[in-house]
Amino acid sequence: MRLAFILGEIGSGLRRNLSMVVSVILVTFVSLTFVGAAGMLQLQINQMKGYWYDKVQVAVFLCSDGSTAPGCAAGPATPEQQENLRKLLQSPAVAQYVNDFQFESKQDAYKHFKDQFSNAPIVDSVTPDQLPASFRINLKDPEKYEVISENFSSQAGVESVIDQRQLLERLFSAMNAASLVAVSVAGVMIVCAILLIATTIRLSAFSRRRETGIMRLVGASKTVIQLPFILEGVIAAVIGAALASGTLWAVAHFFLGEVLAKQYPDTAFISPAQTLLLAPALVGLGVLLAGTSSLLTLRRYLRV
Amino acid sequence: MPGSCRVYRVMIRFENVTKVYDQKARPALDSVNLEIDRGEFAFLVGASGSGKSTFLRLVLKEDRASSGAVYVAGQNVAKISSWRVPRLRRGIGVVFQDFRLLPQKTVFANVAFAMQVIGRSRSVIRETVPEVLKTVGLEGKENRLPHELSGGEQQRVAIARAVVNRPGILLADEPTGNLDPTTSMGIMAVLDKINQNGTTVVMATHDDDIVNEMRRRVVELRNGVVIRDEAKALYTSMIPAVGQARRARDAGDNPRPAQPESPRPAQPEGTGSALHAGEGQR
Repeated sequence: MRLAFILGEIGSGLRRNLSMVVSVILVTFVSLTFVGAAGMLQLQINQMKGYWYDKVQVAVFLCSDGSTAPGCAAGPATPEQQENLRKLLQSPAVAQYVNDFQFESKQDAYKHFKDQFSNAPIVDSVTPDQLPASFRINLKDPEKYEVISENFSSQAGVESVIDQRQLLERLFSAMNAASLVAVSVAGVMIVCAILLIATTIRLSAFSRRRETGIMRLVGASKTVIQLPFILEGVIAAVIGAALASGTLWAVAHFFLGEVLAKQYPDTAFISPAQTLLLAPALVGLGVLLAGTSSLLTLRRYLRV
Repeated sequence: MPGSCRVYRVMIRFENVTKVYDQKARPALDSVNLEIDRGEFAFLVGASGSGKSTFLRLVLKEDRASSGAVYVAGQNVAKISSWRVPRLRRGIGVVFQDFRLLPQKTVFANVAFAMQVIGRSRSVIRETVPEVLKTVGLEGKENRLPHELSGGEQQRVAIARAVVNRPGILLADEPTGNLDPTTSMGIMAVLDKINQNGTTVVMATHDDDIVNEMRRRVVELRNGVVIRDEAKALYTSMIPAVGQARRARDAGDNPRPAQPESPRPAQPEGTGSALHAGEGQR
């Protein structure tokens, strides 16, 4: 009974205050979309880092079937060459710079590749044979990349030595800057949303002061009086968060999936499903915003 | 503490209650001592600003007393925590001069509202509301909207709403202030009926006709001081003004707590002496 009553109160409140409720929905929608965009950029960075990025700095790729590098004229790297490289890595001259290294076989490479490009069409046309095996090296001092490069580039069976960080760092710093901008815009919008929710709740409380006055007199509890107002704000914010999540999904699906993924087939993009992981966080954030701001407003404007 | 042994007989007790709204002005209530028993019907009379409404607000814990203690049904209201105030208010019905009905709700819904908000079940509401509407004489008008009713009928709805949860106390703040004399008498009959059923009624009023007709206890306030407390009394005192301090109560076996003697110069009560001329014949 009391639940039905509270739901009825919420319904009438939303109807009476429709324009304000719509504006709350829109403001939370825009602000949470920016928050979500920042989240998406971070997800994308993680996606591009792949399996090795945070673990190693340098990759020494071995020759494989399709290698065209001059050092690979003799064909794919033999097990002996591979063993020689391992010994070189363990030799005192090189080992003093190396923290740790791992060997990535063609099968491992295929597995990691599949994980990273799970949502790209390219994954179907690649076989383990096409991927080079590699030594992944974690340096004690990432700046000493040159040492590895000098020692390994000329070795038999080595296709190339790559400093992965240098390749991606610049892109990542641009993306990080973009997420920072998105977060700042989101911050401003969130302040806006909080103020708007507070104003809406205030108006709502004012337009229903007769009812709340009577509720007070006949001894309605604080919960029964205040809950409809709080839920009003929360419902509007949840709708806004749902719209924001939908927008992020659409961006991932139509822009990343249909447009960018076709232009850059060798880049790993996040899947639409991954953006939906952000949805609960956005909804939670919306509920938190609306709940606290309406609670604070009611404390001031709705005496119980 | 006088009276603590008869907590259950005394519904409202004011002990030396002073209420100051503004430090520079005189207090709205000035060391008021008063007891109202269970089942009693008491009029609070006095000019505007004499402290009647402040009295009612203190009973409801809408305001807190600046000093002194207010007891409602044996409980010191100052000691009731804020989350228990709703429970206090469930035991007190309130009626106002301006009815305060919800204009978009029907008569039935207005009364039912008071039960819904404290979580009464639908079946109890459907059973109780018509009963109460019958008590106040509104059978058959359940589906009217407030603007389709006369002022007297609207006030009956307000009374029904105030008593639907069976409070022990009914506070009425000038309930007949907007009504003509005949309608007012009808309202008084309803309040009297409610009082007969055991509810303590405290009614603040300016309406001398009603007070004189009802012949109930009259507590007169002036400038925040109780200057008269008489059983079965008239709107204005029959006792000469100089004799006010004698605090003559008809029921001599039930003495009220002593009132501070009013230091103000004694004056004839009331403003319109013409109105009082006919009192004797009534």
